[in-house]
Amino acid sequence: MTDQSKSEMRWQRKDLLGIRELSVEEIIFILDTADAFKEVGTREIKKVPALRGKSLVNFFVEPSTRTRTSFEIAAIRLSADVINISASASSLTKGETLKDTAKILEAYHADIIVLRHSSSGAPQFLAERLRSSIINAGDGAHEHPTQALLDLYTIREKRGAVAGLHVVIIGDILFSRVARSNIFGLLKLGARVTLVGPSTLVPREFEKLGVTVSHNIDEVLPTADVVNLLRIQHERQRKEYFPGVGEYIRLFGLTKDRAKLLKSDCLIMHPGPINRGVEIDSELADGEKSVILDQVTNGLAIRMAVLYLCGGIATP
Amino acid sequence: MRSREVAKEHVTNKKQTRTPAATTTPVMDGESINRALRRIAHEIVERNPQLTSVVLVGIPSRGVEIARRISGIIESLGNPPIEIGVIDVSMHRDDVGTRAELPRVQASRLPLPLEEKTVVIVDDVFFTGRTARAAMDALSSFGRPARIQLAALIDRGHRELPIRVDYVGKNLPTAPGERVRLRLQNVDKEPDAVWLVKEGKA
Repeated sequence: MTDQSKSEMRWQRKDLLGIRELSVEEIIFILDTADAFKEVGTREIKKVPALRGKSLVNFFVEPSTRTRTSFEIAAIRLSADVINISASASSLTKGETLKDTAKILEAYHADIIVLRHSSSGAPQFLAERLRSSIINAGDGAHEHPTQALLDLYTIREKRGAVAGLHVVIIGDILFSRVARSNIFGLLKLGARVTLVGPSTLVPREFEKLGVTVSHNIDEVLPTADVVNLLRIQHERQRKEYFPGVGEYIRLFGLTKDRAKLLKSDCLIMHPGPINRGVEIDSELADGEKSVILDQVTNGLAIRMAVLYLCGGIATP
Repeated sequence: MRSREVAKEHVTNKKQTRTPAATTTPVMDGESINRALRRIAHEIVERNPQLTSVVLVGIPSRGVEIARRISGIIESLGNPPIEIGVIDVSMHRDDVGTRAELPRVQASRLPLPLEEKTVVIVDDVFFTGRTARAAMDALSSFGRPARIQLAALIDRGHRELPIRVDYVGKNLPTAPGERVRLRLQNVDKEPDAVWLVKEGKA
């Protein structure tokens, strides 16, 4: 065993709560670690003993199949034991507070808690009170860090680097934790970011973060290197924000005609689930510019990396 | 494994770097490292008549560099090129959850399939044997090699597992509190050298 050079970065966080507090070095470290875990998916035996004997609780107070499944597969590939708790099954519906529920989870010796919650800041609340590693799987309209990391990973994988690219995020930005986490990550890694959507969903205030806001999609598409389409969240919409699906498609939908404005090497991304025919034309979603399925595969690698790093360090 | 007496290295640089915290003693220079790697290369050739089935698999990052050099030496002796690979052991270690910080994990790259192959795992400094155990565990998730052998530039003793090394560049007796400091040009951007570092008592 030799001593390591002091300049080499090492991972020290037990929690992943958001992209905003991560340094550029930490983001790169996670992406590089995900490279190694993506390779595990190509092995004859796609399972490593890294988190053997650790238990992970998927605690989803807000419904989600995709993200929960991704975390579950990632945990299984790391040999952790997985317990899934959903909102309807949990005591939260019987009036138990989040803190009490968390204390119960800790009493079960949960080493890692993956939390999806409708309240912004819920993961931080738990992280400050529990010894367990807390991974934010989406909190309110705050952050969804693993989604942003897998988006950054996919862009880096396809284009070699994130710095210098023009990334256009289209849709419901106001309510989107995916957009917020992406904005933080993209700016940290040196991309230029433009947000596009109706002024009710993409207010000018976002420019304070260091991005450009546009309400005219056709002006923006010709210079885009990446187009990230966010799902129109019908379930969260109040009518006053949103004129109607037909009008949205006409003004902001990525239709086949609009896609002709895109550069030939532009990537089309979508965090899913897709509303085919609303944010994006169905053919484009399956087309050659689309990296939507790569995002799903890369999500596994990113979540394995995050669980390995946060769950693999000693807790005080 | 026969134990090999290693002649005391002639160290040209007698100067010792002294800091208040540690004493650093030079053990090998570039020339003696090169000599040790040539010896390992010759032994690999002697012990493996089916040289084309041999794969050198380095443990990052210096093990990979050492594997590359040994492969180069074997080829320079007039043999066919030896395949090399990378095996990262981070995911297979037995101390996950006990360290306060984690180093970078690297992707493994192996010439597949491993069946019918003799895999020589190459490490820089052989110590407790736990890294080698993790490397063997990692290899098994890629396939079932015909046999696995171990090579290390330095064997510093203090085994904690019943594992022995097949090819040793230098046996270096050490005390438990000492560290072996290795630098290789292509990895560390410093000239090749090995030191023994004794932590001083403040």
